Amino acid sequence: MRDDHIISAKHLSRADIESVLDRAAEIAADPGALADRHDGKLLGMLFFEPSTRTKMSFVTAMRRLGGDIVDMGPVDQSSVKKGESLADTVRVVEGYADALVMRHPLEGSAKMASEFVDVPLINAGDGAGQHPTQTLLDLYTIRESAGFDDLTVGIMGDLKYGRTVHSLAHALTNFDAQQHFVSPESLKLPRGVRYDLHEAGASMREHTDLEEVLETLDVLYVTRIQAERFPDEDEYRKVAGEYQIDAETLADAKDDLVVMHPLPRVDEIAADVDETDHARYFQQAHNGVPVRMALLDQILEGSQ
Amino acid sequence: MTDDQQLRVSKITEGTVIDHVTGGQALNVLAILGIDGSGGEEVSIGMNVPSDRLGRKDVVKVEGRELSQDEVDVLSLIAPAATINIVRDYDVVEKHRVERPGEVVGVLRCPNRNCITTKDEPVDSRFAVLEEGVRCAYCDTIIRESIAEHIHVD
Repeated sequence: MRDDHIISAKHLSRADIESVLDRAAEIAADPGALADRHDGKLLGMLFFEPSTRTKMSFVTAMRRLGGDIVDMGPVDQSSVKKGESLADTVRVVEGYADALVMRHPLEGSAKMASEFVDVPLINAGDGAGQHPTQTLLDLYTIRESAGFDDLTVGIMGDLKYGRTVHSLAHALTNFDAQQHFVSPESLKLPRGVRYDLHEAGASMREHTDLEEVLETLDVLYVTRIQAERFPDEDEYRKVAGEYQIDAETLADAKDDLVVMHPLPRVDEIAADVDETDHARYFQQAHNGVPVRMALLDQILEGSQ
Repeated sequence: MTDDQQLRVSKITEGTVIDHVTGGQALNVLAILGIDGSGGEEVSIGMNVPSDRLGRKDVVKVEGRELSQDEVDVLSLIAPAATINIVRDYDVVEKHRVERPGEVVGVLRCPNRNCITTKDEPVDSRFAVLEEGVRCAYCDTIIRESIAEHIHVD
């Protein structure tokens, strides 16, 4: 099996991360410089569940590198609908493309798929598991906004099912970062992630109340509490309101606190935060293009 | 009565004696071996018998069958103190303790219903063996308690 698949942030070292971020910064400074770099190359898009930002930023990144995409299209118009296995689908599409990007609703799907293909495969989200390329753009945004030294990061919301949270938490163990996890009891980090952080010697604490840590944070990473995860709606209503922030909530925060969100948001960050200097989530989304260009450039170079 | 004396009183002709199994786990040992009686195997079980080493232990004796390494690997998860005695012509010709493997493949079902290994895909389950428990190599789910409940025998 080739070793340049991007499956989990667990496998990204600080050197791996900084190499992609440095390249992304060069690309962001001169986006047109790579216009013909991967002329004729094709990226296979396998999105088994909906995506807006991730999919569009990969398409944009590939086209800005001079390449193009081949897209499986919606699942209900593909052979998946006829009962084709994931293993068969990826084995077919690898014959059409130089690299694959895959999103799938099941955990471990990207790892399994990578075992069946000979072209690099990038995990663009596997169920509640991992989303490593989101993490790279999150880290790019953090480095740009707050730096990586002596960092205190709060991660709030659905920590149990949030794949962006799992990947970010793993990746932050490479840096001098204290991690504070804020969530309802029922949506705490899964045992596997806590195990990894413990093994990595990460500095981490868990909280149910943002107020306990807000004043110390350099970065607050907010995710949506998903109503569909709760056994009944009353349970959801009881907790959801406690994990929403607005400009007033942030009155006690550091002036240079950076508020991030993988998007889409619903009501966990009020619109009045958008107007503050804390808001960084739209810039975060824009950073997806140079970061994914850097990653694709690295992978496509390696696969030549 | 010592463990050795117990072994002497009920020897088998050819096969395996799995001794020092954690008390109450004998039926799970049979499940790992895929033995449910329908194949006509000759099996003796002692459950919760006194043991010098463990206080209480189970003993499983299977006539005409030697265990594969995969089977021994999984056994080690539910009976870490077990000893495997290979018997030929009434004599114990090999005796060794089980050792915890680095991973077990194809014998445990991941409890995460959203794990790709639980679907109809051409992939075996694969679990890394941790100091305490096991961990799915695909979805990272950790099982610490009641590992035997996740044994999956076709």
